Amino acid sequence: MNTQATNYFDEMHIDDGKIRDIYQHYQHWQSNLSTSTLERKSAEAELLFRRLGITFAVYGESAGSERLIPFDIVPRIFSGSEWRRLELGIKQRVHALNAFLHDIYHEQEIIKAGVISKKQVLENALYRPEMQGVNLPNQVYAQIAGIDLVRVAENDFYVLEDNLRTPSGVSYMLENRNTMMRLFPELFASHAVEPVEHYPQMLLDTLRESAPSNISNPTIVVMTPGSYNSAYFEHAFLASQMGVELVEGQDLFVHQQKVYMHTTDGPQQVHVIYRRVDDDFLDPLVFRPDSTLGVPGLLDAYCSGNVSLTNGVGTGVADDKSTYFYVPDMIKFYLGETPLLSNVPTWRLSEKDDLKYALAHLPELVVKEVQGSGGYGMLVGPTSSKAEIETYKQRILKDPANFIAQPTLALSTCPTLVESGVAPRHVDLRPFVLSGKDIRLVAGGLTRVALSEGSLVVNSSQGGGTKDTWVLED
Amino acid sequence: MLSRTADNLFWMARHIERAENIARVLDVAHRSSLLPLDVEGTEAYLWYAPLNITGCASGYEEKHGLARADAVTHYMALDPDNPSSIYNCLKMARENARTARSAITSEMWEIINATWLELNRLSKQIDMNDEKFSDFFDWVKDRSHLFRGVTLGTIIKDIALSFVKLGTFLERADNTARLLDVKYHILLTEKENVGSSADYYQWGSLLKSVSAFEAYRKIYRDVISPLRVAELLILRDDMPRSLHACMNEVEDALLEINGSAGKEARRSAGELHAALHFGLIEDIFEEGLHEYLTHFLGQTYSLSQNIRNAYLARQDRFETLPIRSAGQSQQQT
Repeated sequence: MNTQATNYFDEMHIDDGKIRDIYQHYQHWQSNLSTSTLERKSAEAELLFRRLGITFAVYGESAGSERLIPFDIVPRIFSGSEWRRLELGIKQRVHALNAFLHDIYHEQEIIKAGVISKKQVLENALYRPEMQGVNLPNQVYAQIAGIDLVRVAENDFYVLEDNLRTPSGVSYMLENRNTMMRLFPELFASHAVEPVEHYPQMLLDTLRESAPSNISNPTIVVMTPGSYNSAYFEHAFLASQMGVELVEGQDLFVHQQKVYMHTTDGPQQVHVIYRRVDDDFLDPLVFRPDSTLGVPGLLDAYCSGNVSLTNGVGTGVADDKSTYFYVPDMIKFYLGETPLLSNVPTWRLSEKDDLKYALAHLPELVVKEVQGSGGYGMLVGPTSSKAEIETYKQRILKDPANFIAQPTLALSTCPTLVESGVAPRHVDLRPFVLSGKDIRLVAGGLTRVALSEGSLVVNSSQGGGTKDTWVLED
Repeated sequence: MLSRTADNLFWMARHIERAENIARVLDVAHRSSLLPLDVEGTEAYLWYAPLNITGCASGYEEKHGLARADAVTHYMALDPDNPSSIYNCLKMARENARTARSAITSEMWEIINATWLELNRLSKQIDMNDEKFSDFFDWVKDRSHLFRGVTLGTIIKDIALSFVKLGTFLERADNTARLLDVKYHILLTEKENVGSSADYYQWGSLLKSVSAFEAYRKIYRDVISPLRVAELLILRDDMPRSLHACMNEVEDALLEINGSAGKEARRSAGELHAALHFGLIEDIFEEGLHEYLTHFLGQTYSLSQNIRNAYLARQDRFETLPIRSAGQSQQQT
C-alpha cells in the first residue's frame, strides 16, 4: 500500500510482507473487517473521547480551545520478552538518573571524577543551587519519569529523550486501553494483554512512599496550573483515579514552613504534592516573582522537609538535552553496569567541531533546543524547506550552545488507520516509570504516532496521535 | 473538601437549575401568549415578565428595545451576550464541572459535557419558530432532570453532594419566589377578569411552569384561586418546587456539611425554614405577597452570602495572600 514500508522497520510486517508473530492473531481478525467498519469504530472512539472530555489545549490557538488527540484503533504490540528487555534498560536508566541528581545536589562525585564537567552541571539554567544539600525521601528526585524510546530495527531501540520534570500522557495510555476494551472486547478475549489499569494505584503507592519520613498517613494532592493548562484533563483524571484533591496554587498556603490547603472545614496540612507546575512557577519568592500559579514559601517548606514535591525541584538539569549525552556515562559511573539502552548519537553544538559538522549537514539532521520540550522549536532537516533550514541556521548561530543535533532516525512504523485506509506511520513509545522505594512501571506505555505521511514528529502538540500499546503475556 | 471545589460544585448545580428555570419561564410565556389577554400592547406586556423574573430586562432593552416574543426568547435562550441566558448558564455549568472534574463522577461530567456539545449543535439549527422552541425548552428541562438523576445515582453521599443540593435548591427557591412575584402582579392587575376563564388559564399556566398543575388539582380538587396557588408554591412542603420544600433541602444540606465555620449559615437557614414551616398563607396575604416575597429573596441572598463566607471563600486564618489573576499558563511536555 505504501512503498515507504520497505525502508523502515514495521511493527507488523517483516520485509517480505509476512506478518510478525505477535501480530498474527490481530491481523487475522482485522483482515475480516472492512475499512468502513474500522472507520465506523474509529468514529465511535472519537465520540467516546469527546463525551469524556479527553481534550488537549494547543498553545497558540485561541484561549480555552480544546482539541482531541487523535486516537488510532490499530494497537502497537510488543511480545513479553521484547518488553522485559526494554523494562530492564528503562529501570537501569532511571536509577542512574536519580543517582546523578542526588550526587550533584550533594557530593558531586561525578564532577570530581571528571566524568562530566562542572560547567555542564553548575552553569546549567535548570540546576537549582537552592537544592544543594537538601535530603529527599528515598534519595529520589524524579518519582515520575517518561523515557521516550524509538525503534529502528527488530532489536535496536534508542532513547530519544528523558522527561524528568512533568511528563504527561499517562491518562491517554489508560483511556486508550479503556476505549479499546469498549470497542473490541473480542480482541482482549483472544489476546493475553498485560493490564495497565493499576497505574493510578502504583502512582498513589509511589507518592505515599515519597512522603516526609515521619508522616505515616500523608495527605496527598495533585497540583495543576489550572483548567486552561494543556494537560488539565490528565491532572483531574489522575486526582480522581487516586481519590485525592486536585489543587491550584491559590488553594495552598504556607505557614511556619508547613503547607496547608483551604478546605470547607478550614486549613488542612498537605504532605505530598504531585505537582504538574514547572519549577519556575512553583514559588514566587524564589523563582519567577510574577508567577500566579505557585505558592509563596513553598520551596522553604520543601527544603525544611515538611512537604514532598514530586517531582523534586531541579530535576531539569538531568533531562536537559545536553546532559542526555552523559547518561550512558552515569550508568557506568553509578551502577558499574553497561547501558542496556543506547543513546542516539548526539552532536553538541557548543563544541566547535560538532557545530561545524552539524551546520554542513543540516538537511540530514534533527536539531533540538537543549531545554526544549513538547516538539516545539525543533528542526527536522529532511522534511524542511531550504528557507526553513536557513532560518533555523541563523537561530543556531546566535547561540550554538543552546542546540544539539542528531541523525534523523529511521523510526519504526506501525499500521495506522488514515484517510486512504490502513497505512504505515512512524511511532515512538513513552513508558512511565515510577520511583519510590522501588522502581516500577506498567507494561507498555503510551505509543505516539505521527499521523501525516512521512512525518517523524509524534508530539501531540504537533498533530500526533496515540495508540493503545499491548504487551502480550508470553 | 477544597473550598474552591465546593464553590464550583455549588455553582455548577445553580447554573444547571437556572437554565432549567429559564426554560420554564420562557415556556410559560409562550403558552400565555397563545391565550386571550385583554390589555393594551399585549405582546410587550407579556414578554416583560420573563425578563423581569430573570432580572435581565435592562440588558435586553439596551440591545432590542421593546419586548418582542422572538427577540426575548432568543435573548434569554441562546444569546451569548446575555450573562444569564440558557446558553451561558450551561456554558458556566460546564466550566464549573471542568474545574471540579475530580470531585464529580464521570457520568455527571459526561452529561454536562454532552449537554454543552449538543447545545452548540442545536443553537445553530433553531430559528424563532415556536414549535421548535418548545422542543428546545423540553430538552433543557430533560437535561437538567437527567443531571440530577445521574448525580443521585452515581455520587457518594458526602459533602460534595451536599454542596450540589445547596446550589440546586437555593436557586430553585429563588426562582419560584421570583416567578410568583412577577406573575402575581400581572394577574392581579386584571381585576375585571377574576374568576373568568382567562384567569383560570393564566393561573393554570403559572402552575404548569413549575410542574404544579397536577399537584394543585390533586390537593385542592377545586377552582384555581390565587390564595391556594400561593399556598401551594410557598408553604406546602410536599410540593417539590415550593419555597418550603426547597428550604427543607437547604437546611438538610447545611446540617450535613456542618463544619465549625458554618454556624451563621445554619442559623439563617433554620430561621427561614421555621418561618415557612409555621407560616400561614392568610398572614402572608395580610402582609402583602409582594412584600413577603421581596423579604424572602433578601433573606436567601444573605443566606448565600453566609454560605460563601463559611465554606466557599478562602479562610486564611494565618495570613492573607494576593488574589490570583487568571491567564498565566505553562507548557507541559
